[in-house]
Amino acid sequence: MEQSFAGPAILVEGLTKSFGDVHALRGIDLSVPRGTVLGVLGPNGAGKTTAVRILTTLLRPDGGRALVEGHDVVREASAVRRSIGLAGQSAAIQIELTGRENLEIIGRLYHLGRAASKARATELLEQFDLTEAADRAAKTFSGGMQRRLDLAASLVGQPQVLFLDEPTTGLDPRSRLGMWEVIRSLVAGGTTLLLTTQYLDEADELADEIVVIDHGEVIAAGTSTELKGRVGGDVLEFTVPDRPRVGDAVAAVTKLAEGEPHIDEGTGVVSVPVGVNGSDALIQSVRSLDEAGIETSGLGLRRPSLDDVFLALTGHAAEEEDADTGGKRRRGRRKGQPEAEKAGRASS
Amino acid sequence: MTAIAIQPAPGAPGLVTRARWAVSDTLTISKRNLLVWARVPAYIVFTVIQPVMFVLMFRYVFGGAIKVNVPGGYVNFLMPGILGQTAAFACFGTAISLAQELKKGVIDRFRSMPMARSAVLAGRLVADTGRMTVTILIVIGVGYAVGFRFINGVGPAIGMVVLAIFLGIACCLIAAFTGLAIGDEESVQAFGLIWLFPVTFLSSAFVPISTMPGWLQAFANNQPITFVIDAMRGMALGGSIATPLWKAIAWLVGIFVVFAPLAVRAYKRAA
Repeated sequence: MEQSFAGPAILVEGLTKSFGDVHALRGIDLSVPRGTVLGVLGPNGAGKTTAVRILTTLLRPDGGRALVEGHDVVREASAVRRSIGLAGQSAAIQIELTGRENLEIIGRLYHLGRAASKARATELLEQFDLTEAADRAAKTFSGGMQRRLDLAASLVGQPQVLFLDEPTTGLDPRSRLGMWEVIRSLVAGGTTLLLTTQYLDEADELADEIVVIDHGEVIAAGTSTELKGRVGGDVLEFTVPDRPRVGDAVAAVTKLAEGEPHIDEGTGVVSVPVGVNGSDALIQSVRSLDEAGIETSGLGLRRPSLDDVFLALTGHAAEEEDADTGGKRRRGRRKGQPEAEKAGRASS
Repeated sequence: MTAIAIQPAPGAPGLVTRARWAVSDTLTISKRNLLVWARVPAYIVFTVIQPVMFVLMFRYVFGGAIKVNVPGGYVNFLMPGILGQTAAFACFGTAISLAQELKKGVIDRFRSMPMARSAVLAGRLVADTGRMTVTILIVIGVGYAVGFRFINGVGPAIGMVVLAIFLGIACCLIAAFTGLAIGDEESVQAFGLIWLFPVTFLSSAFVPISTMPGWLQAFANNQPITFVIDAMRGMALGGSIATPLWKAIAWLVGIFVVFAPLAVRAYKRAA
């Protein structure tokens, strides 16, 4: 029966969950066909982790329903557990144990038997390029290696559906690219994947379909190309090295804008949606900025990125940090504020 | 049609298989926990060296100032108290490990796997009980080296060790609940100090309660650690056992009945 089940690998209808007064999920719908990758994109506190926790049977929803491989996550939780793998936001490995021991223990807990557990561990260590380090304590691993080991652990049971909750959060750019490689090869093997991320480029790179979540609701869905089409046009972008003059620069180009200009406070990069009049806008902006006596660098036109999409959809940038989340990294587990505290995005 | 509906889903294990898995998963988890314990020098210091230091300190530093009326003198009075405290303090490890596993997402992973739901807690208790038993035996050895003797026979001596272990398990259950409910390593540690130090030191463990001020005696005379240690002392040295033992058993059973379900519930809801 499991084999002949023909519906989507993941089906979510009207899912709601509240923690006290905080409405983490306000009725979301998702459908993920077999063998595809759904990217769930949203800022901190959007409800991404809550959705993953419900789909992996860790949390009971308040309303709606969720099916994984045709099994209800509440009523048939143990059947769901037999078909899924989960890698959460932190590497859920025991750092005192070796890479191999970590995987073998997981194998035993999947009831693979001693020999099969050993074989599976060796196979996964090979696949994730950890063979050389396999017999060292995992605490000697780099952050990227720990995350790869964690991902390997989520695959010990050969899941049909894999959930990755922010798999590259906190990784340096090189490890991040390494993770992408690994994830791509998994997907090529036919695994259905649900991936949450707050990185737009990550969703762009890995996902077949993207769902944008904000404040517990799906605010947009589609392919990366479809979502970019929503912005409809080019984006003028430049950097103002003399930071105090950023405001003047924005004022100088406001008349060209077809949408709200966006200033990245961290980098001083100004992005202005200019619609279809890209080249005209470019020429005029050079004049206006020159007349205002403002120096810029890297002035140019580009196709809209998912950042622009997010900005257009929500009115705020996707990767904007809340002022009150600058403290130490914690998993969003306190009742009442499920995701609000998981700051910890590596500063870029 | 109804016959099909009540059949378990394909791949769902039967009752016997599930029971077998509950046992094997528990053993896997406890083996894993002991392996972790053996790899961390700090854990070994806390579980072995700390109680040994307590023995030496009370035997040679404070002991001379404490007058007791038991056969064999203060070292014989002290050892059942130290052993009770050692068993109770073993639960620090339980609470801290569970809080760490919760924070790192290890418990999330286990809960998302098709393993026995009881195994993480049961395996933790099995491993911690084993660890505690080893510590107790080492401390008894050190006690013998500094002059302690069981003077009531082998049977009661074994009974004393068993009672200490049950006290330890009861404390581990409380700690498992607090570790999972609080979920933050430092807070769990602080909370452990707040309840464990008073209940072990404000008891008959180290000094005769009659030397305490009256208001403190009222507490010390009526709290479970005192009952357990009085019973242990009776078993080790002779003297009245029955009264403190029944009270000790009643308390321990009470703790099991209250905290086992609380710990299980905290595990199921762990987030």
